[in-house]
Amino acid sequence: MKNFHVSTTINGDDAEFICTPDETLLDVLRNRLGLTGAKEGCGTGDCGACSVTLNGRLVCSCLVLGAEAEGAEIETIEGMADGDDLHPLQRVFIDKAALQCGVCTPGILVAARSLLEKNPEPTDEEIRYWLAGNLCRCTGYDKIIKAVQIAAAEMRSV
Amino acid sequence: MALDTSNKREFKVVGTRVQRPDGIDKVTGKAMYGADVTAPGMLIGRILRSPHAHARIVSLDTSAAEALKGVKAVVTTADLSTPEDDYFADIRDNCLAREKVLYDGHAVAAVAATNKHVAKEALKLIKVEYEILSHVTDVDEAMKADAPIVQEGRADESVHEGWSQNVTSHFEFGHGDLEAGFAKADKIVERTFKTAATHQGYIEPHACLASLGTDGRGELWCCTQGQFLVRTKCAEILGIEASQLRVTASEIGGGFGGKTTVFIEPVALALSRKAGRPVKLVMSREEVFRASGPTVSSSIDVKIGMTKDGRITAGQAKLRYQGGAFPNGTVEFGSQAAFAAYDLEAVQTLGWNVMTNRPKEISYRAPGAPMAIYAVESVVDELCQELSLDPLETRLKNAARKGTLSSYGPTFNDIGLVATLEAAKTHPHYSAPLGKNQGRGLSCGFWFNFGGNTCVSLNLNSDGTVGVVEGNPDIGGSRASISMMAAEELGIPYEKVRTVITDTNSLGYNDVTDGSRVTFAVGLATIEAARAAIKIMCSRVAKIWGIDEEAVVWEDGCAKPSGPNAGEFPPMTIAEIAAIADNTGGPIAGHHEVNADGAGVSFGVHIVDTEVDPETGATKILRYTVFQDAGKAVHPDYVEGQMQGGAVQGIGWALNEEYIYGEDGRLQNPGFLDYRIPVASDLPPIDTVILEIPNPGHPYGVRGVGETSIVPPLAAISNAVSRATGVRMTELPMSPPKLLKAMSER
Ligand code: FES
Ligand code: FES
Repeated sequence: MKNFHVSTTINGDDAEFICTPDETLLDVLRNRLGLTGAKEGCGTGDCGACSVTLNGRLVCSCLVLGAEAEGAEIETIEGMADGDDLHPLQRVFIDKAALQCGVCTPGILVAARSLLEKNPEPTDEEIRYWLAGNLCRCTGYDKIIKAVQIAAAEMRSV
Repeated sequence: MALDTSNKREFKVVGTRVQRPDGIDKVTGKAMYGADVTAPGMLIGRILRSPHAHARIVSLDTSAAEALKGVKAVVTTADLSTPEDDYFADIRDNCLAREKVLYDGHAVAAVAATNKHVAKEALKLIKVEYEILSHVTDVDEAMKADAPIVQEGRADESVHEGWSQNVTSHFEFGHGDLEAGFAKADKIVERTFKTAATHQGYIEPHACLASLGTDGRGELWCCTQGQFLVRTKCAEILGIEASQLRVTASEIGGGFGGKTTVFIEPVALALSRKAGRPVKLVMSREEVFRASGPTVSSSIDVKIGMTKDGRITAGQAKLRYQGGAFPNGTVEFGSQAAFAAYDLEAVQTLGWNVMTNRPKEISYRAPGAPMAIYAVESVVDELCQELSLDPLETRLKNAARKGTLSSYGPTFNDIGLVATLEAAKTHPHYSAPLGKNQGRGLSCGFWFNFGGNTCVSLNLNSDGTVGVVEGNPDIGGSRASISMMAAEELGIPYEKVRTVITDTNSLGYNDVTDGSRVTFAVGLATIEAARAAIKIMCSRVAKIWGIDEEAVVWEDGCAKPSGPNAGEFPPMTIAEIAAIADNTGGPIAGHHEVNADGAGVSFGVHIVDTEVDPETGATKILRYTVFQDAGKAVHPDYVEGQMQGGAVQGIGWALNEEYIYGEDGRLQNPGFLDYRIPVASDLPPIDTVILEIPNPGHPYGVRGVGETSIVPPLAAISNAVSRATGVRMTELPMSPPKLLKAMSER
């Protein structure tokens, strides 16, 4: 099996890696680059725990091949805070207890940020439908939806 | 030194909504879960699983796999030890099959290789010859005399002669004269119910990293609800000493009872021992569904008699639970919980535990209770419909309260059921108007709660801050609650306390994080550890002041003279005491070890509004309110979180989730696409009302809150659907096709 050599940008930094043709972007991030913030909950595109953005588009990194990252801009949960300055979504998630075990949280934060970039003033229903691809088994989603609303309001006011 | 040991009701820290200590790690992706670690020289493990529901292993040849380049170890059951106890032997045989495979997905062999591609190739080279046996996956089928026998000779002494060999134990609870009770009834309803097996559905699959030397010395990192239990089980299964195996619990991505045993950990250790290198083993989602513990599926008969004015005269339930291919005890909990919400003169529950060719069942949030209470609460609701009674008033009329002889034996102490029902009755949700095709349902819920073995150490640092060391993995914010209780008792700010969860070599044995026990039992031990430290601090200060130890009191984080007679001394803060500890006798620490009882039972009531689409049979949840007694809510956000999370798991159970087996005995839906757990767009907000009826068994009145909330949704939704459609469903889940069919037959 011939390996690929891939050059890409991750959270604004240049990154290079070697991967096999069948290796997913999630595997590359987690196993080759040490970015374990994205989680594998299913590996089949059904849970959203592996969410990242690829050229600004929200994707399940378990459904993207590592080789597809060539020349792309990838954003992961590790790049969401600006140094020690948390993104408003991250801060509000802690403040409003929008996580319990926290394993879904990286994916949900990445997905929610991508929603607010497109739609800064979503309704509850829009948030619920946007996040329908992100499973959370602990919270029942109630505090997650509320936290996204609060963060959205905060982001609109600055 | 004087300490207030009575129930405290005024709090400074407890009851506030502080930030959890692991929050930043979890929102930035830094938190380390089971699959997030690596070790130098690490190999990747993979497991070969049975494609058959039931088969004898005629031969197993691993030589070709062993010969593959990059394969460093292959293990089978022959590489495991022989525990004397059946309990451990069953767990071993669930981890790697011995003689027979007992369900689709049962592990047969495992490999460790330099990468996952090689490991996958190696699995294909393992040759297993099976002799296929007939199988059974349904509980009622399995109880028939001529059913295929899953395992022989596993019945205990409670099993009557002539019953199927798949019945492994039988339970009976209750009191009073049933016949006389039913004779007094104006109306009797008798129904049979079936509930599907569901999976805990934690988003993090089982994962571990194991390193074990041939000298029996090992390290294990894994996601678990209890590192001590993992150590005990692995030591038994591997034949090593507990002291030599250090288990560290990773951050855990959900468990709900499903991570209270071992599946892959002994296998990874065996591979590592053989390969002489660390081995990482992570389950795929498909493996999680096929081979880690789902809950039981059930078949239940309920008969209840009621007078015209709504008094229950007698209740009986017969519960048949299948718990997969090994003996299990879950029906005992179901039989005890079924009628717990009621004050009854005559009640009887009978329970049968049954084996089938399905994965070995493991606890799922209030194990055994949801299905039992679903059946009882459905019949109570039907009686209310038949007799035109208000379902809430009827429950109040029959509610268990302080002094009630419970249906399972004990007499209740202070319990919150009546308060919870009253709160539901006056809540605006209960009287809000409903539209077309809509219905409102309610149900009571109950869980016993548990205390158990607990050790806590509390160390005073030289700058006056405090470290708490405990042994229970934090699934939903418990580190915050434990720090809060330590801060409360010591009279210092929450931020001055840091709680860590330690490995198995650093603290005495702690039971697993289950039974809603952590905030109760670890909290209790933390408070007692703080009191022990306070006692030491007061005695040190007494020495400095040259007064009697009894003349020093602890208030607001300071030692003070107890009154004018004790002498005039300015208060000494905890920081001042810590700073000079070297000169007053050395380091200061408090610890507490206990097998805690007095956990205090927990009741809840849920109200739900549903709308059923007459065209499709799809049920939409319109509004949902959870009422639950928390004793004392230490961190209200996380108490609400437990109430909401459990409710939504129950909603999934009621409407969508089920293990579906084909004729061939294979699981047909081992993935999140076909095993559908609730998503955000399925749901409305989940409103919560916390009641606080103090638990006399805890210094702050705390009761566990984690489990009760999964119990009521099953019946509450079924009752709401019945009122929306006029159809009484007796099977879960109420998936759209089933409901549509029932509606068309109406
Ligand atoms: S791991 Fe990618 S969607 Fe679940
Ligand atoms: S917080 Fe546990 S899965 Fe979402």
